[in-house]
Parts: sequence; C-alpha cells; structure tokens
Amino acid sequence: MKVGLFIPCYINQLYPQVAIATLELLEKLDVDVSYPSTQTCCGQPLGNSGYEEDSKGACQLFVENFKEYDYIVGPSGSCIYHVKKHFDILEQTPDVIKVRNNAYELCEFIVKILGKIDLGAQFTHKVGLHKSCHGLRGLHLGSCSERMDAHFSTEEDLLNNVKGLELMSLTRKDECCGFGGTFSVFEEAISVKMGKDRIQDHLDNGVEVITGADHSCLMHLEGLINRNNQPLKVMHIAEILNSSI
Amino acid sequence: MSHSEKATIFNKNEAKVNWHNKALWFVREKRDTAAHKVKGWEYLRELASGIKANVLSNLDEYLVEFEKNALKKNIKVHWASSAEEHNAIVHKILADKKAKKVVKSKSMLTEECHLNSYLEEKGIEIIDTDLGERIVQLAKEPPSHIVLPAIHKTKEEVDELFQEHLGTTPSNGNPEYLTNEARKHLRQKFIEADAAITGVNFAIAETGGFVVCTNEGNADMGAHLAPVHIACMGIEKIIPKEEHLGVFLRLLARSATGQPITTYSSHFNTAAPGTEMHVVIVDNGRTEQLSREDFRSSLHCIRCGACMNTCPIYRRSGGHSYDTTIPGPIGSILSPGKDLKKHSSLPFASTLCGSCSNVCPVKINIHEQLYKWRQLVTKDVKQPFIKKSILKIAGIVLSKPKLFSLAGKSARFMLKYAPRFMVYSNLNAWGNARELPEVKNQNFDEWYKVKRKNHG
Repeated sequence: MKVGLFIPCYINQLYPQVAIATLELLEKLDVDVSYPSTQTCCGQPLGNSGYEEDSKGACQLFVENFKEYDYIVGPSGSCIYHVKKHFDILEQTPDVIKVRNNAYELCEFIVKILGKIDLGAQFTHKVGLHKSCHGLRGLHLGSCSERMDAHFSTEEDLLNNVKGLELMSLTRKDECCGFGGTFSVFEEAISVKMGKDRIQDHLDNGVEVITGADHSCLMHLEGLINRNNQPLKVMHIAEILNSSI
Repeated sequence: MSHSEKATIFNKNEAKVNWHNKALWFVREKRDTAAHKVKGWEYLRELASGIKANVLSNLDEYLVEFEKNALKKNIKVHWASSAEEHNAIVHKILADKKAKKVVKSKSMLTEECHLNSYLEEKGIEIIDTDLGERIVQLAKEPPSHIVLPAIHKTKEEVDELFQEHLGTTPSNGNPEYLTNEARKHLRQKFIEADAAITGVNFAIAETGGFVVCTNEGNADMGAHLAPVHIACMGIEKIIPKEEHLGVFLRLLARSATGQPITTYSSHFNTAAPGTEMHVVIVDNGRTEQLSREDFRSSLHCIRCGACMNTCPIYRRSGGHSYDTTIPGPIGSILSPGKDLKKHSSLPFASTLCGSCSNVCPVKINIHEQLYKWRQLVTKDVKQPFIKKSILKIAGIVLSKPKLFSLAGKSARFMLKYAPRFMVYSNLNAWGNARELPEVKNQNFDEWYKVKRKNHG
C-alpha cells in the first residue's frame, strides 16, 4: 500500500509541526508513506470564493502529484472534502476519478482503512474536540446533531483510546467556528463572534486543549485565544495521537 | 449595503446578538427533540423531497388539475405571472366587493409582492393578524424571520410600540398583558373586515382544496368572518394528493417550532354559502428558478424556517441583514435568482457548514447551492479589484510549485520580520480581533528535504 502524504498549503507554510506529526504517526503505523514535493494546494480557497475556474491549474497539479498512490492522506477534512466533492470541474479521467476516490482525511484513514483506534498514545489533559463542518457533514466523519442517526465519531473513537486523555462534553456539539476560508475576512464581525462563542463553550466545560481534524478552524480559534490571552491550548489531533507512542 | 456591512452593525450590540442567538438556538433544540420522537424521520424527509421533486417535474399538470377541481367546488382561480399582476388581481377582487378593510394572516408571498403598501396606496386598510406580523407592521419593518417575524424585537421594545400605537399602559414588557391587548385590538379588526387574505401552505391537486397552518387561528378567524376569502400561493405550493399531507404536516411544525403539529391546520374546500373564495396562483420568477437545474430544488421549500434557526450566521446577524423577503440560508439561494446583483453578497454570508441542508425537511442541498451561486456571482457581478486580483494571482501561483515555494517563503518572511503595526493594519481584517500564527523557521517542505533525504 503506497500512501501519498498531502499537506495543505497553509499547514506546510505555517504549521510544519502538524505535518511532521502526521508523517511520523503514519510511519509509526507502518504505512509506506511519501511526500510528493511539488504539491501546492487543493484549490479550495479559490472555489469557496467563487473562483473555481481559476483553480483548475491547482486541481490538475494535485492529480498529477498523487495519481500514482493507492491512497492520498491529509490532516485536513475540508481540503480532502474539496478534492472529493469539487474536483468535478476537471475532466473525469481515470486519474482524476482515482485520486478523488482514494483521498482520505487522516483519522478516517486510520480508522477505516487501517482498522485501528488504539494507537498507544498518551496525553494527560482535558480535551475538547472541535468537529469541523466539512469533515463532519461533508465527509461524514461522525454523526451530526441535526440528523436522527445513531451516534458515532471517528475522532472520538481515536481520542477515547488515548491514555490519560479526558474528552470533555460540549454544550453545542458541532456548531461551526466561523472560519469559513475567506469568510473569516469578508464577514469578519460574524466570523469573530462565532469563534468567540465556540471558545467560550470549551472554557465553560473545563477544556484545557482544543483539538480537531482541521487546522484551519484551529488557526482561527487560536488567533482569538492568543489575542484574548485565554487559558487554552490548541493542537491538531495528529499531534495528540502522535504523542508518546 | 452588503450582508457583512449590515451584520457588522447588528454586532455592535453584543448582548442583543447573544440573546438572538440563544432564542433561535432554543427553537433549533426544540426541533431536535421533536424530530427524535418520530421514528423514521430521515425517511420522512426523503419522502417529502421525492414528492416535491415529482411536483416540480409535473407542475403544469398538477396546477391545471388543481384549477379544474377548485372550480368544481366554487373556488375561483386566478393566475398571476408577476407580483404586479398578483397585486392587481387582489385589488380588483376587493374593489368589485367594495372592500375597504382587509385582515391578512401570514403569507410570505404577499410580503414578496409588497401587497400591503400597494393596497394602502389604493386607500384600503390592511391589517396583519399574526401577532408577530402585526408587531413588525406597527414598527413599519419587514419580518426578520419567516416563522418568527418579530424575533429581532425584545418584549420591552414591543411594550413601547404598543404604547405608541395601541395606547397600552407601560408593563415592563409583560407578555401576557401585551398579548391580551393585541388580541382585543385584533378582535375589532376581524369583526370589521370586508375581506380576509391568507397564504397557502399546501394546495391539493386531487381535491382542489388547500391547507393553511397557523398557531393563532387567525387565518380561520379572518376567513370565517369575512364575506370574501382570498388565498395567495406560489406555484410550488401544489402537492398531488391529500394523503401527502401525512408527510408534510408531520415535518412542517416539528421543523419550524418543535411542535408535533401547528395548533390549526385548516382545510379549505369550498366557499361557505353567501361568501366567495378565491385562489391567486403566482409565478413571479419561480418558473425561471425552475429552469435552473442547479437551483431547482430550492422550490421544494415549505417555509418552516429551520435553516434560519440552525444557521450560526443568521443567528448572529439577524434577518434584516439579508435585506430580502426571505432571509437566512434559503433566502440566500432564492434571492440571487431574482436579482443577482442586488443579492450578490448573500451566497457569501455562509461558512458552507452544511447545517441548513441537514435540518431541511425537504432536503434542499442549500449549502451546495450557495457554493454554486458564488461561482455565478464572480462571473456576472463586478467584484472588488483587490479580492479579484488576489484570487486570480493565487490561482496561478498554486498551479506552479516553484512560484508557490517562493510566495510561501516571502509571506513567512514578512510575517516573521515585518513590524507589528504593518502586519496588523486596516488592510488585514484577520488581525483586528485575531493573532496571526507564529511563524516557524522552517516550512514542512524544507524539513522534509533535510529529514527524509531518501524520499520525495
């Protein structure tokens, strides 16, 4: 099984520690993983802003970079969702179809494809899970509060098996944090208010570390937490799962 | 003004935003509880969506069938292609009867057609009899929500409004007192009315009858007391058979307010002796929306308002920020079809979180349609130069690995070494309330090259 590591553009540039944790975690799980060095971005920032047409070059490059792999795995639900959902703008060649079908968000890959939930990690903190919308409602990483389905959660399954970790229950289980890509700057007032409200929910429920499978949401929340000097740490779920294996 | 500008103003009063958010979230939770009690809720949504899809595919036949059966029951049927035609038809019916005083129960269609101001200009008094609608009518405002029209007003604000218009005594916003006063005031209007206007929730092709749902019984009170009843409906309100009500009535009130059913689900099947019953069937842009394959299912909407209650943006921006008759997520996919330029900011008033699509009882893929409208807005409506240029350049950079690498380096260099006042300026909307990420010495590309030499 050959796995291509997909590192979203902003993680590559701003959060290398998240990319490193993802890579190390996959390696420790005995996955044959490599990182195609000419990758850039899935095109999501353009598509969500209404410039899907201008993203075709980036999407095509993505396919070229990953078409040889059995699986494409990345630590970001929304980018993976974009590949699966919105690469319909490309001509649907066998390569494009293969890449779309085999793209997986990291947690989903570990649970569904590798069939593992106990990764032997240890992390003795009270953790709040931010269920990012595109992973939750787009990739169905878990059940959503709006739907009358049986409860399940890919990330909770993984976190509940981390030694010492206490997963805190939130009042609003899966409300959006207000990041939304360019929404965060073009609808700044609402974006900030949504983020503040999410953070308050974590604080009210005794959370010490906010985690999630999408670092763009976490970047937004961390920006607010740091500006307001709030007693919360923000970590990508890969960093927690990779701790002390 | 764009949605974001209006929402920014709404957010100046954070306490009110918190209250608005909480009030609507309460309704969303009531909806969840009610839906959980129905076995097969998701299947019911599937059925409702299927019935609506069938209706839209055979709309011509169902509408004609409805007309034929309605006529048999002494219900007069009128056809209006536009808001203007609708208003003129309603006025002619009233003028023929020399009606001067009209009571109206909730109808988003008549809001859409601006019927009130049209009739008032012709010297006809028109009174909204739904309590929330009456409140916003007295305040000379449009509704801010389709089910809870005055949700943006606190009880204290209603108190002041009633003092001014109904002569009530100050009560510190006592809901019981204020409701009773509104009741007395509206009773008189019902008794005096020459005609009653209602909306239509469901018109049944098979029977020629129609159903109106209210919690206050105001549609019934108006229609039963007045000698003329005019019911106004959009063409998409048709359902094929009476038995389909068993699907829609179970979904509607649960989705809207968390009630098992509206207090009144009134079936109108014929005019009472000595009275007239009219139905005005209105297009007003609906067939155009029907022709747009990507947006057709927006016409499934049964106006429950669940997408507004769940929308984290709606809850924190208030209905008036949308500046359309139907606000919130559903309004943001309907309105661009009417006037793309005017409503061009609405498809962007969303994080595409998808909660709206999940609560929708008729399974409209609202967030996917928002994404699709965005693509059309950037093509057809002039965009701010900076936004357009940045995104166009980004498209090129992201398709060329070397350019991307260079751009990443420069951006990180800037963030790391530029003075704070330059990074956190007015040009950086991110930085008004948020810190930027702390920049590390290496990006992942560089780290990988060093640490995993044998790969890549």
